[in-house]
Amino acid sequence: MPNPPPDGEPAPRDGSLPASAIDGVGGRPFGVYVHVPFCVKRCGYCDFNTYTAEELGGGGSRREYADVAVDELRLARRVLGDVDLPTATVFFGGGTPTLLPPADLARVLAAVRDEFGLAPGAEVTTEANPDSVDADSLGALRAAGFTRVSFGMQSAVPHVLRVLDRTHDPERVPEAVRWAREAGFDGVNLDLIYGTPGESADDWQQSLHAALALDPGHVSAYSLVVEDGTRLAARVRRGEVPAPDDDVLADRYLQADETLERAGYHWYEVSNWARTEEERSRHNQLYWSGADWWGVGPGAHSHVGGTRWWNVRHPSAYAARLASGRSPAAAREVLDADARRTERVMLAVRMAGGMPLSELDRAARDRATRAVAEGLADPAAHDAGRLALTVRGRLLADALVRDLLVSSG
Amino acid sequence: MPTRTDPARIRNFCIIAHIDHGKSTLADRMLEYTGVVDERSMRKQYLDRMDIERERGITIKSQAVRLPWRVAGDEYVLNLIDTPGHVDFSYEVSRSLAACEGAVLLVDAAQGIEAQTLANLYLAIDNNLNVIPVLNKIDLPAAEPQKYAEEIAHVLGGSPDDVLQVSAKTGEGVRALLDEIVAQVPPPEGDPEAPARALIFDSVYDTYRGVVTYVRMIDGYLGSRERVLMMSTKATHDTLEVGVISPEPKATDGLGVGEVGYLITGVKDVRQSKVGDTVTLARHGADKALPGYQEAKPMVFAGLYPVDGDEYALLREALDKLRLNDASLAYEPETSAALGFGFRCGFLGLLHMEIVRERLERESDLTLISTAPNVVYRVELDDGGTHEVTNPSEFPDGKVETVYEPVVRATVLLPSDYIGAVMELCQGKRGTLLGMEYLSPERVEIRYTLPLAEIIFDFYDQLKSRTRGYASLDYEPAGDQAADLVRVDILLHGQQVDAFSAIVHRDQAYGYGVEMTKRLRKLIPRQQFEVPIQASIGSRVIARENVRALRKDVLAKCYGGDISRKRKLLEKQREGKRRMKMVGSVEIPQEAFIAALSSDDAGADRKK
Repeated sequence: MPNPPPDGEPAPRDGSLPASAIDGVGGRPFGVYVHVPFCVKRCGYCDFNTYTAEELGGGGSRREYADVAVDELRLARRVLGDVDLPTATVFFGGGTPTLLPPADLARVLAAVRDEFGLAPGAEVTTEANPDSVDADSLGALRAAGFTRVSFGMQSAVPHVLRVLDRTHDPERVPEAVRWAREAGFDGVNLDLIYGTPGESADDWQQSLHAALALDPGHVSAYSLVVEDGTRLAARVRRGEVPAPDDDVLADRYLQADETLERAGYHWYEVSNWARTEEERSRHNQLYWSGADWWGVGPGAHSHVGGTRWWNVRHPSAYAARLASGRSPAAAREVLDADARRTERVMLAVRMAGGMPLSELDRAARDRATRAVAEGLADPAAHDAGRLALTVRGRLLADALVRDLLVSSG
Repeated sequence: MPTRTDPARIRNFCIIAHIDHGKSTLADRMLEYTGVVDERSMRKQYLDRMDIERERGITIKSQAVRLPWRVAGDEYVLNLIDTPGHVDFSYEVSRSLAACEGAVLLVDAAQGIEAQTLANLYLAIDNNLNVIPVLNKIDLPAAEPQKYAEEIAHVLGGSPDDVLQVSAKTGEGVRALLDEIVAQVPPPEGDPEAPARALIFDSVYDTYRGVVTYVRMIDGYLGSRERVLMMSTKATHDTLEVGVISPEPKATDGLGVGEVGYLITGVKDVRQSKVGDTVTLARHGADKALPGYQEAKPMVFAGLYPVDGDEYALLREALDKLRLNDASLAYEPETSAALGFGFRCGFLGLLHMEIVRERLERESDLTLISTAPNVVYRVELDDGGTHEVTNPSEFPDGKVETVYEPVVRATVLLPSDYIGAVMELCQGKRGTLLGMEYLSPERVEIRYTLPLAEIIFDFYDQLKSRTRGYASLDYEPAGDQAADLVRVDILLHGQQVDAFSAIVHRDQAYGYGVEMTKRLRKLIPRQQFEVPIQASIGSRVIARENVRALRKDVLAKCYGGDISRKRKLLEKQREGKRRMKMVGSVEIPQEAFIAALSSDDAGADRKK
């Protein structure tokens, strides 16, 4: 299994949370993530928890998924108690959520509404493969309450899509976007990948232009990462395709940022750009701001008040746990002050809002000040009391975070 | 209990052999046939006690064993004095030889005589030892006893028929060899009435008993309760025990003329009981010491540093402990900007250095880095002052009048087909030809004067590779010579890295600079800024490489499921960062230093 989950302590059988986590639930923003672990085929670069078989047995199959997910939402309600906990954001990710019939997704969303209620103006997103949607299915999802759709476009260039093992025809993307608009979705995101072996700067420019031509409210652009255990990693190891080069990836990032900024999109997180503040992904901002969320589904991660846990990964094991009345949590960790601070720094520094200098100790503040001199941090933000990264700084965010943590550790 | 054996019945001998020519196996067989060790308790290479010795198949510290042997109804006592076989320990070899009257020259019947054997053979002849030539491994299919008997006869004089043939492995010929030792090795001569004089040929620290001193009695008698005087240090000690080894220590009343045994005085440090020194009685002792005593003098220096800086104190303890057993080991604390706190250590040679390092790591569970080894330079300054430089970073910057480097007289034995290749190598290493002699139509001895620094660099590896492994090398110190030497420094981002400074001949400075800068470029991780790597002589840059600035160090995705893993990665990286060595503002992982220092060039002839 690629990318094993982190080590943690055993999670209680009933899913109960420590008092430190329960304390304050309802006072913090709350979201729900639903992991749908199914795909038609696994792409060569993908290390997500996803399965291509139709039948998995033990209640773990695709057609049984919605019922099991609803069970977990009921468990979530029991664990979190009776407090008023309207859901601000719901996000269906995968895998390929749209591989399930719209009615199944609707049923899970209805359970979120039944158990917790949706806050007024809640953001409800699903990821979608351009291949696995049509006008009808998108219409059904919109009618069920979905407000935002995120398409895995990845590239507009056929030979790049081939290396990525993406099955869709690039022509399918504009169509899917048009259907989504017609169905009444306000928010459309396009996911792009750069640095694929064989992708030239021109290819990447072509993909960026193709995405912008569809006028999405939001664009995510990720550098291709060759994850251990993937088919792509094996191909790189065998020398069939070259490994992405960090300098090239840096160039591609600059190219993306420049193109997107010029088209009126603004970065708000290292890999995310939106036209307006309203069009940013509220769900993802929840992750980065230390809010509470419940992750439903096999392998899904949750966070409530400084306790993180993650579910068992296999759909059958996941279903079996819930069928026997047990929590599907595989393990958990209760963060201590040092771990919370580490997370706070590593997440805040990645965002346009940055990190208030007042939260850093003296040595880390000195490092932040040097970052201005080095061209990594924005001078105006610094004078306004924040560490906010320049475009070069974003490319070195992890290095800077390590410096900040080591100087104050 | 043997005591005061009649000297006429004593035979003291050693075995001179090249590594792998079967000395230890022969010794094992002798122990077995004389009944000293029965077959069942026979441990392979009984005399080589240390693990490292057994693993490397070499003898580091010599030992002695007393073997009873009967010839024609008469009991004899054969003392086998085992000698170290490596050039680094040639002084110890010479003292072992001085304790004997005879030597078995043991030569592999499939390989012939080797340079080190030849050097030790000459030493034996110089010590007036009676040499018994023996070909071993005659059971091997590749053995050519006739050919090598002729070679030996050529070297020794005499007839090829005088060369005994044995197989230490099967035991064939070993009994006959023991008889020959009785017949050919002269009994010791000494004056039993003279004041006691005993030659120390080995000195070993034992955790339980303190220092055990191995001696050969020359004159007089040494009882088990005496006040003895070490003639070089003038120190006096009371003997607590004297005895012989057969093969475990056995206490005796005393040791008489010609006997070989040990004495224990309770001292805790082998430097109080030095190899080559003369033991006599504190009262009514001898006036004149036995000839040949020398202070052990380190020839090769290197910095030893713990990889984990917290282990510095442990390293000090380990060195202190090791010194109890190794009088030739010298060390003093040293600080390196790059490597932290460590010790500059002096060794007899490269093998000695390897062994010391291995014993420190093994016996004290340390992990060490060593800097590239260097020799000792004598630097004369403009103002008439003189500096001894044992660490290249202390080589004075200006005002140097003359630099002297140690040289050795090297002997290379090789098949005659490779003469050209070896001469080319020696010329390239700044050698001066001293002479050449054919031992047989196929084998040649070549003698060169070479700078010791060249030998400890990569000479031995190159010699082996240019002769397909057929050449063998021996060398001995031969004073020093003035040479055009310069210090090459390595700078990272303008900061000198002391661990990489080297003293090299001016003609080789550029090559060294290019090699080191290229190697470091591959090892130093990219930083947030460009890092120039320069090699310089004084202020003049002779080579330059660049580590380009790191441009990307950020993970693309950090969503809900990524946070725990990414935090743990950061925590790990943060720990790693704390262990980074800083050179100015450049962060260098310890591993990069280790890799740069443990290249193929350093520690070249460890395989010898």
